[in-house]
Amino acid sequence: MKPAPFAYYAPHTLEEATGLLADHGYEAKLLAGGQSLIPTMNFRLAQPAVLIDLNPVAELAYIRTDADGGLCIGAMTRQAQVEHSRLVAEAAPLLHEAMPLVAHPPIRNRGTIGGSLAHADPASELPAVLLTLGGRVQAQSRRGVRTIAADDLFVGIFTTSLEPDEILTEVQFPPVPPRSGFAVTEVARRHGDYALVGVAAWVVLAADGRCQQARLSFFGVGEGPVFAHRACALLQGQRPEPALIAEAAQVAATADVDPQSDIHASAAYRRHLVAVLGRRVLTTAFARAAGG
Amino acid sequence: MTTSLPIRVTVNGRVYERTVEPRLLLSDFLRHELELTGTHVGCEHGVCGACTILFDGAPVRSCLLFAVQAHGHELMTVEGLSSDPNHLHPLQQAFHEAHGLQCGFCTPGFLMTLLPFVQSHPDPTEEQIRLAISGNLCRCTGYENIVAAVKLAAAKLSGRPAAHLALTGHHAPSQGGGA
Repeated sequence: MKPAPFAYYAPHTLEEATGLLADHGYEAKLLAGGQSLIPTMNFRLAQPAVLIDLNPVAELAYIRTDADGGLCIGAMTRQAQVEHSRLVAEAAPLLHEAMPLVAHPPIRNRGTIGGSLAHADPASELPAVLLTLGGRVQAQSRRGVRTIAADDLFVGIFTTSLEPDEILTEVQFPPVPPRSGFAVTEVARRHGDYALVGVAAWVVLAADGRCQQARLSFFGVGEGPVFAHRACALLQGQRPEPALIAEAAQVAATADVDPQSDIHASAAYRRHLVAVLGRRVLTTAFARAAGG
Repeated sequence: MTTSLPIRVTVNGRVYERTVEPRLLLSDFLRHELELTGTHVGCEHGVCGACTILFDGAPVRSCLLFAVQAHGHELMTVEGLSSDPNHLHPLQQAFHEAHGLQCGFCTPGFLMTLLPFVQSHPDPTEEQIRLAISGNLCRCTGYENIVAAVKLAAAKLSGRPAAHLALTGHHAPSQGGGA
């Protein structure tokens, strides 16, 4: 079980990296943490002719807040660094809470936030967190820089709207308004496995205690992270009573997701989990938003 | 550029210079090029944890890195735990005493995953231990004695008496002389 031969480049600057990617385009793969790419290369499911290793590009690893209080994380920041960052815990509590669910500690020591998003595994946590928070990514190529909203980034199984010559360089999370509450949870066969079903929630309460905004995304139930539009619409402007929360979670299970059966779980079981986990995260998120 | 590249790697304090193909996995580099066969290769796709080593001090899967990526970096393998073949590292000694292994195939990966953990957790809870080893598979022990070994190792390393530790069942260490 050995990878097929490839040409290896280890650029030290982003400019070099975008230049190499522009030259090699479709036959090249970017190597970030490698915790998903290298297994597929070991199995020869992926046989890129060219590998461009972003690990020496030091300028892509950072965590900082912007002028508005939003959070900006360089794409090559290790998941373990995100997990243990106080800045992340303060500026993006949902991301902080999700990090321990991402695989295992030795994987997070190597895996990167940008790599996980660009890989877009439909059962992975970080795409759903980005979608729930209404985050964005920055993509750079020799042609220039553009910003892609999470809504537009995830387009299918393991597929993003990044162009072949673009490198995901930065992940951006908006500032957290007052009376916000967050929660994330998942069910997996073993801790650290990919989720059978997972869900991330962000709610904001109005001053009168009504739901000003609810954002709920599921993972493991579709071709990418699935935003529960109907469930969120049901909560909008309402008092988050237990009966309403349960109804919203049920709507998510019946109207927002369309899970498939596979060797890990049946579609019916996944729907069941959507309703149960949806109710749990909404209950927790609303309680946290209320300061409870 | 598929041709071999020169690399310079520090492993267990010793500097090695070799020329390697880019596709050579770090796990195979350690075993075949440096003959450090203490690092075991199980699944080769990041699931089992047997090949875990320290990369600049942090546990990582050596089967999920290419040897060329280790250029200029500092590695530690299980061979680096103790320089004296007659003297085990306290973590190894704890695995021995608490019977934290049977066949031993997974043990190097467990030890290298746990080394920074026991150094930074002088009195870990069972839950912390189980999360720390969640990425390592053992098919023999059922993990109970590995958890006990970690508690014992943490006690040894922090200089606490280990007498209060409840080691499980028949595998509790004998107190001198016993079979």
